[in-house]
Amino acid sequence: MLKTLGGVRTPHKKGTANSREEPMAISRFVTIPMSMHRGKPAKCIVKTGDVLKVGQKIGEADGSDSAHIHSSVSGTVKDIITTDPVTGKAQISVVIETDGLQTFDETLAPPTVETLDDLLVAIRNSGVVGLGGAVAPTAPKLTLRDPSKIDYLIVNGAECEPYMTCDTRTMIDDRELLWSGIRLIHRFLGIKNIVIAIERNKPEPIRIFKELTAKEPIARVQVLPTKYPQGGKINLIYNITGRIVPEGKRPGDVGCVVINCSTLACVARYVETGVPLVAKRVTVDGSAVKKPRNVLVPLGTPISDVFEYCGGLRDNVAKVITGGPMMGITIPDLHMPVVKSTNTLLAFSDKEAFAPKPSTCIMCGKCIANCPMKLMPVEIQDAFLREKTDRLRALKPGMCVECGCCSFTCPASRPLTQYVKLAKARLRE
Amino acid sequence: MNLLTVSPSPHIRGNETTSGIMRDVLIALIPAAVASVIIFGFRTLAVIAVCVCSCAIFEWAFEKLTKRDTTIGDLSAAVTGVLLAYNLPVTIPLWQCVVGSFVAIVVIKQLFGGIGKNFANPAITARIFMFLAFTGTMSRYIIPRSPDAVTGATPLMIMQSGVGELPSALDLFLGNHGGVLGETCALALILGFAYLLIRRVIGWETPVIYVAVVFALTAAFGGNPVNAILSGGLLLGAIFMATDYVTAPMTFWGRFVFGAGCGVLTVIIRQFGSYPEGVSFSILIMNILTPYLNRLTAAKPFGGVK
Repeated sequence: MLKTLGGVRTPHKKGTANSREEPMAISRFVTIPMSMHRGKPAKCIVKTGDVLKVGQKIGEADGSDSAHIHSSVSGTVKDIITTDPVTGKAQISVVIETDGLQTFDETLAPPTVETLDDLLVAIRNSGVVGLGGAVAPTAPKLTLRDPSKIDYLIVNGAECEPYMTCDTRTMIDDRELLWSGIRLIHRFLGIKNIVIAIERNKPEPIRIFKELTAKEPIARVQVLPTKYPQGGKINLIYNITGRIVPEGKRPGDVGCVVINCSTLACVARYVETGVPLVAKRVTVDGSAVKKPRNVLVPLGTPISDVFEYCGGLRDNVAKVITGGPMMGITIPDLHMPVVKSTNTLLAFSDKEAFAPKPSTCIMCGKCIANCPMKLMPVEIQDAFLREKTDRLRALKPGMCVECGCCSFTCPASRPLTQYVKLAKARLRE
Repeated sequence: MNLLTVSPSPHIRGNETTSGIMRDVLIALIPAAVASVIIFGFRTLAVIAVCVCSCAIFEWAFEKLTKRDTTIGDLSAAVTGVLLAYNLPVTIPLWQCVVGSFVAIVVIKQLFGGIGKNFANPAITARIFMFLAFTGTMSRYIIPRSPDAVTGATPLMIMQSGVGELPSALDLFLGNHGGVLGETCALALILGFAYLLIRRVIGWETPVIYVAVVFALTAAFGGNPVNAILSGGLLLGAIFMATDYVTAPMTFWGRFVFGAGCGVLTVIIRQFGSYPEGVSFSILIMNILTPYLNRLTAAKPFGGVK
């Protein structure tokens, strides 16, 4: 076993790992934004009054770094809004009044996949984007410029964020789909090593995929220590292959492709059934949620409805987060919709949301010792506050992956991750 | 519904806090206090109490006067108080303890900006100040359990002057000899070290390298290396003062070099200086070099290109 990169031991809190997802009731209205991925927003191709069915395309990808958007419900387009009501940013969203019937678009059919090009077209039509959180369109990622130089494909099932169990459920409930996804990759991409990376605290997925790989040795399972941020691609690549992704380069430059397990399962679902990405498995947890569980949520569903489905929120709710507790984003308003990147919804009680007041740095060096990128967060903070731009540049805040380990570990509760992000932004200016 | 909090990630924190770390250091210092009471008697407790109380009061009063936030809750002043007491002989007049605490907390710590800002270790520097200001009382060491509290020489003084008989290695290890409160019992200090390692408060690098360098260099100079590491304030300094977060480097290699530098300076002072003891001076000198060590041993970003 290789020496693994830094990082921190976070609490696991995988209380929902045994909760098999339940499809939730359809909301009366869903709001589907045209930008749920990194890259250009999709072009809206429907207008008010149009009648929609589940899986029908409503947004056309605008170029290769964009992704199609499909309706997650059957119903009628009520409105096309151009401003996000919560953030106030310009964003086109389609508001659909649902009919509750969930009639599928009858034109949906499994695509014929006989060559790599067929597969890439299929992925593009599926609207699948990186579901691990980066939401980069998947088709360009698998369009390899020089396939002979890629010798590792890592299926990321590390799921290192606390609370999050949606990938665990994918690996258990959608094992057949994920396995046929791996077969597709094996058959068409011709990558030598396919590695399924799973953290040690997920015995059930490890057992399942060890059995599958034993029967059909096209991939292998790599069990990884449970340490945050194990699922970060730079950590993952180093811990599995020993390769270091140089600054400013991509995994492809060191012969690796990393794909999230849920992403691959979604690709396989499209290839087998023709149903594009219209619903997300979401972990709903946190001390202010009455019934934490995994839920299958149609895209565009208001977050408030998801919590309602989970028994509602307790009165002491103080913070709501989309994403995990280490990297997730707090949201000010529960009317925001579930989008492709939503994999966890957390509601923290006032006690759990309590953040101690930052005190003076005692220069313990724990942020340096625990940084997976071997940066010096305390020095970056110092150079940022003293406005020493040259020093700041030498400290390379741009390499920060924003995993949050420095803030997590700081005994003085200093918002180090935040300072590094600010430093990054200043250097970009 | 309540207004929701919006804040930057991460949204959870580890368990470590400044006061938790200081509490662990205080716990690690308990064995040495027990040993000191057994060796030097109950006046030990009076010296510790006066140092801790006056450190806390000076910290509180200075912060009140300068309208800063009160930080006695982080327990760092208490740690300074205990460490200062451990550097004093049991016979020290209590008013001198108060003066030493003033120097440590007000002059060394608060005038430089309070916790995290001082460049020198407050307890070490106050000890040096007291050694120069109250040379008489600071070098009056009593021989443990002698009938009339006979004063005598410390093992280091005996080694330097060649007059008198050195205690056995076992007595050195158990602390049954003259010296300041906290330095004599190696066993108690090593117990504290083990606790700090288990609690991950400090790394092994500084103390181990410091002691190893003293051991090796003493042997090279023809001295008895075992006596050299068991006598004087070496273990107390290496475990509890050279590892002070604020005044020692933040990187692993910085701490490594810091420990090595302390070791070299200690042996040089012990061999060639006119003082029998070199631990406090060597740590103070290395404190001054700390910012440079941080720069020289800066972490190389993972995959970073020049």
